[in-house]
Amino acid sequence: MMADPAAVHVTTDQGAVSILSHRRFRFLRHVSPLPILTGFLTLCVVAMLVIVLWNIIAGGIGGLTWEFLTASPTEGMTKGGIFPAIFGTVFLVFLMTVFAIPVGVATAVFLRYYARPESKLARLVRVAVNNLAGVPSIVFGLFGLGFFIQFVGRGIDKAFYGGDLAFGQPAIIWASLTLAVLTLPVVIVTTEEAMRAIPRDYIEASYALGATRWQTIRHVVIPNSMTGILTGGILAVSRGAGEVAPIMFTGAAYYLPYLPAKLNDQFMELGYHVYVLSTQSPDVEKTLPLLYSTVLVLLLLTFALNALAVVIRMRLRLRQAG
Amino acid sequence: MSEGKSVAPHVPNMGPDWQQYSVRPGDRRRDLWMGRLISAIAFSAIAAIILIFLFIGREAAPVITSSEVHQEVTVAKMIVPLETRPGKPKMYLWQPVSETPKYSLPPLLLGSLKATLVAILFAAPFAIGAAIYSSEFAPPRIREMIKPVIEMLAGIPSVVMGFFALMVLASVLKDTFGWKFRLNATNAGIALGIAIIPVIYTVAEGALRAVPRQIREAAQALGATPWATARRVILPAAAPGIFAGVMLGLGRAIGETMIVLMASGNAAIWSPHLTDSIRTMSATIAAELAEVVNGSAHYHVLFFIGALLFLLTFLVNSLGELYVGRLRRRLTGVSG
Repeated sequence: MMADPAAVHVTTDQGAVSILSHRRFRFLRHVSPLPILTGFLTLCVVAMLVIVLWNIIAGGIGGLTWEFLTASPTEGMTKGGIFPAIFGTVFLVFLMTVFAIPVGVATAVFLRYYARPESKLARLVRVAVNNLAGVPSIVFGLFGLGFFIQFVGRGIDKAFYGGDLAFGQPAIIWASLTLAVLTLPVVIVTTEEAMRAIPRDYIEASYALGATRWQTIRHVVIPNSMTGILTGGILAVSRGAGEVAPIMFTGAAYYLPYLPAKLNDQFMELGYHVYVLSTQSPDVEKTLPLLYSTVLVLLLLTFALNALAVVIRMRLRLRQAG
Repeated sequence: MSEGKSVAPHVPNMGPDWQQYSVRPGDRRRDLWMGRLISAIAFSAIAAIILIFLFIGREAAPVITSSEVHQEVTVAKMIVPLETRPGKPKMYLWQPVSETPKYSLPPLLLGSLKATLVAILFAAPFAIGAAIYSSEFAPPRIREMIKPVIEMLAGIPSVVMGFFALMVLASVLKDTFGWKFRLNATNAGIALGIAIIPVIYTVAEGALRAVPRQIREAAQALGATPWATARRVILPAAAPGIFAGVMLGLGRAIGETMIVLMASGNAAIWSPHLTDSIRTMSATIAAELAEVVNGSAHYHVLFFIGALLFLLTFLVNSLGELYVGRLRRRLTGVSG
């Protein structure tokens, strides 16, 4: 399809076509080889990633001990471990997936198998999903406070607790619900992509056997898109675990002497812990090694999840191709 | 066969399996209800957008409507310069917790603008360059390696990027250029730029790849080299998509919070210099909302800023989507 690679560096203009030649790009005629320039820019992007990763790995690897991962912070968070933050993060993203995956999968099923593809309704849902993906994370934080805590939480308190404060305050359930709304687009898009890859024959065969639409979805669509749903869930978890702005006022705590056990408990979280330690610590020099190790744990967690999603997707593609 | 118990092949299996998958009267009813349930759940994305709009609006509205809030602040007072002491020049001031609270929005808008500007100027060349390289020039093996690099860059949580900018980048930049402030607009903007490179790259690369193969092959059939093809044919065809990528990157940069909160210095200064500290709209909300009294004027002002931020990103993202649509029409129009 392409000419031989040696031709890449030929810069003569002879024979060039101008069916779409554009005055905005005319200046490029005088630029010396585009491949070298763009290749160099690509290399710079790689270098940025390497520098950031190298800095954090080199700074954090020394403090990454078993004790660090399993102990609580001590001495005003200048010593000790980060276990409560790890526990809180895992609890938080687990609750988040419980909310986000069923809703996301149902929406994807609706878009693919219930709505007519070009219907107004389907288009409206798609526009909403797109817009939701573009809302800044801090706005989700405001939404969580204004809607989940002030409206839903206060409402529950008034109805069931006689106005006593139980749910009308920052808590892990509100933080995870806020994150679920934030990660919903990820789940929807990934699931729908997997459903698009299911051969039409399967669906038609199921209908031909007399199965209802719901039976087809339950026994054909969902099992066949399980990897996609899993990938969506993992990507959502990886995104959710790294977000700090939406949980700052909806449930994350500066420091807690206990682990969250109830849905209306507050919790410590890795990303928030990084923010707190690096901006509000009285002695940053002293906490820096600890801080680096915390950042490394957070980074490893999100990267491991992303890598897992990539591997699952690759195997899915291979299976489809083969 | 060898076990002797096998069923003759021509007898259809009418066992429990058959019953499980056949349609019984109850299945029709269940089908109907599950259909309704799924359709109802599908509305949650629409509901979420509407609720975000409503509930941020509900908490922001008192800034415009409530006379109680007006004793402390009005929209007009948030826009015009304020008098500090008689005889002194009027200034823009963001001092929400002073004796007479002052809520000037211009310094915050300027802060967001400066950080975003630096981020785009930094990110766009690298992201677009890398997109052109990987879609037009890179050998397949290298192209396969660029993708995970970009994905990893996108996977770095913003608080980690903020940490890096705060602890490492700020010192390096200050020592190199001898700036007065460690934490400033340029420092935050560069970190923000690294964070939005994947957004711009992904959209731009998608646009370049979406240029139909026929156009590429037609150009080459006419004798154009790959590099002439890229420059004269592919780039102009994909231009709206590349622009859309920049817009979507811009949308991300305006709303990004943790990086600017940690790396920008958070001082609301009305100054044109990119080496002064800034306080952005997003960072202001993040830094102040936790300590504010529910229902106070300050609280409503922060929601008001959130509403502005929501509308601003909505506009920028819509513009980006518009150009994605334009690209699609242009490419399908050309190939058809």
